[in-house]
Amino acid sequence: MDDGPRSGCASLQPEKVKEASSTMFRNMKTVGAFVLAATLLVSATACKKKVAPPAAPPAPVVQTPAPTPPPPPPAAARITNFSAEPRSIQRGQSSTLSWTVANATDIAIDNGVGTVQANGTRQVLPNASTSYTLTARGPGGTDTRTVTVEVTAPPAPPPPPPATPRISGADMLSREGGADVLFGYDKSDIRDDARQVLTKDADLLKRIFAADPSFTVMLEGNCDERGSAEYNLGLGDRRSTSAKDFLVQQGVPADKLRTISYGKDRPVCTEANEDCYQRNRRVHLAPGQ
Amino acid sequence: MKLQKVLTVVGTAGLLAVGAFVLAGRVAGQQRGSDISGVITNTGVPVIAIADLRGVGDAQQNMAAFNTTLWDEVSNAGVLKMASKSLYPLDVPQRPQDFRQPTVTTPVRRGEISRTVKNGPWLTDWSGPPVAANYLAFGYTAVVDGRLALYGWLFNVGQPDAASAQVIGKVYFGTLDVAGTRQVARDFAADILQQFGAKSLAGTKIYFVSDRSGSKEIWSMDYDGMNQKQLTRYNSTSNMPAVSPDGSLVAFTTYAGGNPQIRIHSIASGRRMPFYNPVSSVVETPEFTPDGKQLLFATTVDGWVQICIANVDGSGFRRISNVRAIEVSPKVNPKTGADMLFISGRSGHQQLWRSTLDGADLQRLTSGEGDVSNPSWNPNGKTIAFAWTRGYEPGNFNIFVMDVATQMPVQLTQGTGRNENPWWAPDGVHLVFSSKRGNTTQIYTMLADGSNVRQLTTQGNNIQPVWANGAN
Repeated sequence: MDDGPRSGCASLQPEKVKEASSTMFRNMKTVGAFVLAATLLVSATACKKKVAPPAAPPAPVVQTPAPTPPPPPPAAARITNFSAEPRSIQRGQSSTLSWTVANATDIAIDNGVGTVQANGTRQVLPNASTSYTLTARGPGGTDTRTVTVEVTAPPAPPPPPPATPRISGADMLSREGGADVLFGYDKSDIRDDARQVLTKDADLLKRIFAADPSFTVMLEGNCDERGSAEYNLGLGDRRSTSAKDFLVQQGVPADKLRTISYGKDRPVCTEANEDCYQRNRRVHLAPGQ
Repeated sequence: MKLQKVLTVVGTAGLLAVGAFVLAGRVAGQQRGSDISGVITNTGVPVIAIADLRGVGDAQQNMAAFNTTLWDEVSNAGVLKMASKSLYPLDVPQRPQDFRQPTVTTPVRRGEISRTVKNGPWLTDWSGPPVAANYLAFGYTAVVDGRLALYGWLFNVGQPDAASAQVIGKVYFGTLDVAGTRQVARDFAADILQQFGAKSLAGTKIYFVSDRSGSKEIWSMDYDGMNQKQLTRYNSTSNMPAVSPDGSLVAFTTYAGGNPQIRIHSIASGRRMPFYNPVSSVVETPEFTPDGKQLLFATTVDGWVQICIANVDGSGFRRISNVRAIEVSPKVNPKTGADMLFISGRSGHQQLWRSTLDGADLQRLTSGEGDVSNPSWNPNGKTIAFAWTRGYEPGNFNIFVMDVATQMPVQLTQGTGRNENPWWAPDGVHLVFSSKRGNTTQIYTMLADGSNVRQLTTQGNNIQPVWANGAN
């Protein structure tokens, strides 16, 4: 509060005096009181300064005490931060919402997140692009902030590396021949024509086994119908062994060759002539199991 | 039937010589060569007449089957000559008291001749022409207490009167159905045959291979072709059966496990018995030793199929043959148990050889011509049978028998075509074999002289028969 000028001998500022004088002259009723007051003042201070002739005392300022101002309203809720990291995800990935809120009593995020604390993070897994809205309510007001998480479809997997075309050993065998090896009547030795066929077969088999290491070949020994069943079972076995031995000598791995005899049980023809008999006296190359 | 008649004419003579030789063990003169010629020698083979029997009441309904069975059983044994029914008198006795001695009238006046008055059937009706039999089998059947009863007699009609003529007089019982009727006929026939030293085939079995189910499987049947039964069901190729001496086990070769290997089944239960095959690309032609404890077979050793032996479970494997040739079909001498026949290519084409069970004392039994297969021992340990193409193009096999001491082969079948896998019956008189006489291969039996050929199978192809005793 600013009282009126109040000073003893220090100074009675002329302006003030003037002011006081004017006021005084205006209010004659208070002149006497004033004079009294001024005298008292001068005498009270007993200062050494040259005391100006007591001027007319200034008029007192009467201050009525101001009413108590209401306290300031509570500060409004304030979202200082609301973010999503990362902002863009692929479907199936997650994003993390993080927020900082002040002055709020009720803080919630929509889209399934729900009520949260003032500061926090939450991982979300939206299936599609989603806007999350944070609403912070406080006695001083409400604040909202929205952040959007973009969801994109995952990228297509990369295409397989260009494949070297791999066909099976069985396909190779049936495609490229692997001709039957023929034998003389009641014989299991390798004739000249058989030698040629087996040499070609050996080259083919070596290539096939290199291309398809899991492949094996069954050498099936057969006979024409004329011998007895029991003897022919042995003769077919002998022929398949004979063919296998030759192939192994040509460098075909032995562990990839198996033998079986069908005797005369699997003829390729049934005519009773020498041509058909010869066709049946054979070792046939078949895919192993 | 025609073949049978032809063979009967030719074979009856051969029967007289070879049959007597085989049965009585006597050499009937010089062992003849490969032909069966029509020389008739009287060596006293009895002639029997068998009248058709009839039945009382319900017993009559199956008598056709009865008479066929009785006739076939007796004729098939090959020890009696059958007097043809077309020659029989009309008045056939059914029991001994039916025989009435004819009376001879004494002439009263001069010039009269004594006449013989028939009073009923008499022995001379049968012993005299045209029947000219030595024996007569007769009788009848009836129903007694719900069962079939056969009253059967065998008379020696050469005797002077009925009282001294009786050889057999017996009652046989059976069930009233066809099976029971056949059984009493077989029982009667067995008693008749026993009089003439013939062993009965009743209860013996033939095991064979048939493809009628769609795959080659092991089957069994009775000695007369009845009761054909499938024993294996592997849906693979199973063949080359062999039966243990006690008739309880059958061993065979099968592809069921991949490569051909041996398996053994109990015949009664069908259960597979353990047999550990050697590790080999083929194991075939199993054969039990006479003591039933070991099994011979052929398997690949050093690249060639060789004769080997092991215990019945496959343990104790031992190699017998040791030659760079194919050797198969070992067959052990049933009498000695110490030597064997087998087929070998060691001298060229497949031929018949003999050696000890250790492979020593090697001896080739056939000439080297053609192809030989499937040897089989007679129970007497002296005679063998086998298939051979001698005299024909490759693939055309015929059945031969041979005395191993003389090594003279006798050809039993004569045609082209395939006659293979002969096997002696336990009676030592019959053979079973397979033959392709048309589009399919079937199983036949015949006598040791090639006569009495009877077909036992008709469905599918049937091969590789073996004749064994029924299980004890």
